Amino acid sequence: MAEKIFEPDLRVDLAGIALENPILAASGPFGYGHEYRELTGFKDLGGIIVKGVSLEPWAGNPPPRVAETPSGMLNAIGLQNPGLKSFLEEDLPRLRGPGPRLLVNVVGCTVEEYAGVASGLEGVEGIDGLELNISCPNVKAGGMAFGTDPAATGRVVAAVRRKTSLPFLVKLSPNVADIGAVARSAEEAGADGISLINTISGMLIDTAHKKPLLGNIFGGLSGPAVMPVALRMAWQVAEVVKIPVLGIGGITTADDALQFIMAGARAVAVGTGLFYDPHLPSQIKTGLLEYMKKEGLKNLHEIEGAARP
Amino acid sequence: MSPGQSNMLPRPFSVYRADTLSGEISLLIEIKGKGTALLAETTPGVSLKLLGPLGRGFPDLPPRSLLVAGGAGIAPLAFLAASTAAPRTLLYCARSSEFLVCPDTDLDLPGLSVMEATDDGSRGVKGTAADLLSNRIEKAGAVFACGPRPMLAAVKEICSRAKIETWFSLEERMACGIGACVGCAVATTGGYRRVCRDGPVFPAEEVIFDG
Repeated sequence: MAEKIFEPDLRVDLAGIALENPILAASGPFGYGHEYRELTGFKDLGGIIVKGVSLEPWAGNPPPRVAETPSGMLNAIGLQNPGLKSFLEEDLPRLRGPGPRLLVNVVGCTVEEYAGVASGLEGVEGIDGLELNISCPNVKAGGMAFGTDPAATGRVVAAVRRKTSLPFLVKLSPNVADIGAVARSAEEAGADGISLINTISGMLIDTAHKKPLLGNIFGGLSGPAVMPVALRMAWQVAEVVKIPVLGIGGITTADDALQFIMAGARAVAVGTGLFYDPHLPSQIKTGLLEYMKKEGLKNLHEIEGAARP
Repeated sequence: MSPGQSNMLPRPFSVYRADTLSGEISLLIEIKGKGTALLAETTPGVSLKLLGPLGRGFPDLPPRSLLVAGGAGIAPLAFLAASTAAPRTLLYCARSSEFLVCPDTDLDLPGLSVMEATDDGSRGVKGTAADLLSNRIEKAGAVFACGPRPMLAAVKEICSRAKIETWFSLEERMACGIGACVGCAVATTGGYRRVCRDGPVFPAEEVIFDG
């Protein structure tokens, strides 16, 4: 009798969203997915988190919007997006169907705008979850971005909780003193999961022209350069919340993904790495399976948080 | 290179020459920073990843077209110039002779006249692209330009006054290259548009240059 071939199970449950594998496309670089679908067919992605959607269209920031940095990049796109109505009419119909689970990143400048987008997405077919992006730089929250103030985080999360029956993650900004406090506040207000990190605030100066390189002056740093920072913050958040953590920040290899999982993350998302290679998700999936076979793991839960004391 | 190493982003280049028989393409690369310096150090036999062709190119050239190239902006215009045998003129301009890098032999094409200008007069006429263009715009079938933004702004001004159809190939810092990330946005009369997908070629009248 032939021996049953051992095949590890990559499926995970992220905040009530059943994923075929723990690799997602992070919000932003992936746009609304159409271009990457043409290129890779969404191959080996457990989920996609589409680019931020606001209540009304946002124009975005003046160029230049991107710049390379050592082992990373800065971006200041400014959440350019066509708004909720256009997303529902133009983008979503093309994203429905079999394939990766679909999460919509929600952005706003006020509690009402976040709640408005969540309302607009409630009951809409084809959406599996939301991700609240609470690091908008121009917000009416006592002069601070929602993501840097635990109390404001609680208010926006509670408002969205009242408007949606979908599972939702809250994406945290790393530009804070105590990320654990913000994460706890999100959990207490009803979030189903935490995703982190968003980009780290930074800038570059064009010395030839004696002016900031980016049109917006400040941008967000991402890529492998930020991975150790992201990992540390995922570790800190996993320590203080019970809801699952989605690790994001400079992940480009299966080993990176394993590090986040061992720090306590349930799943991981790839962002900037897609610019280097749109096929990274497949490589990471292959690497995870190899590791699991080598270690005799049946599923990834066996090593979730395994590095923690 | 692996992704953890220093360079994360691909670099956008125009096709300089394409040989449909051999399947070879040529790129003309100006060394501007670390990425282009690394590419310049590449030796024969090394394989590189290339994604393309991307975006929308120039429309067909009408007769008596004027092609205006500033510095490394020659790359897409040399390719365009080779696409037809109709009479056409290339105005090839730069700060000084050392920035006119395109070999004469590559511009030795049937029906193509080449005029050169440099700001310092070290080669061709002493003057700018605008100077060369102003004298020839009235009889132009259309204008196609690629080069530094101040040059394009001057070209737009001249062509708009003469009411000549004009097309620009634009450059911007780029990330995904396929239209997803909106990193390579340029300001147009239709809002921010993507150089990689909506361009790189845009009608001149749509391009906004201030700032």
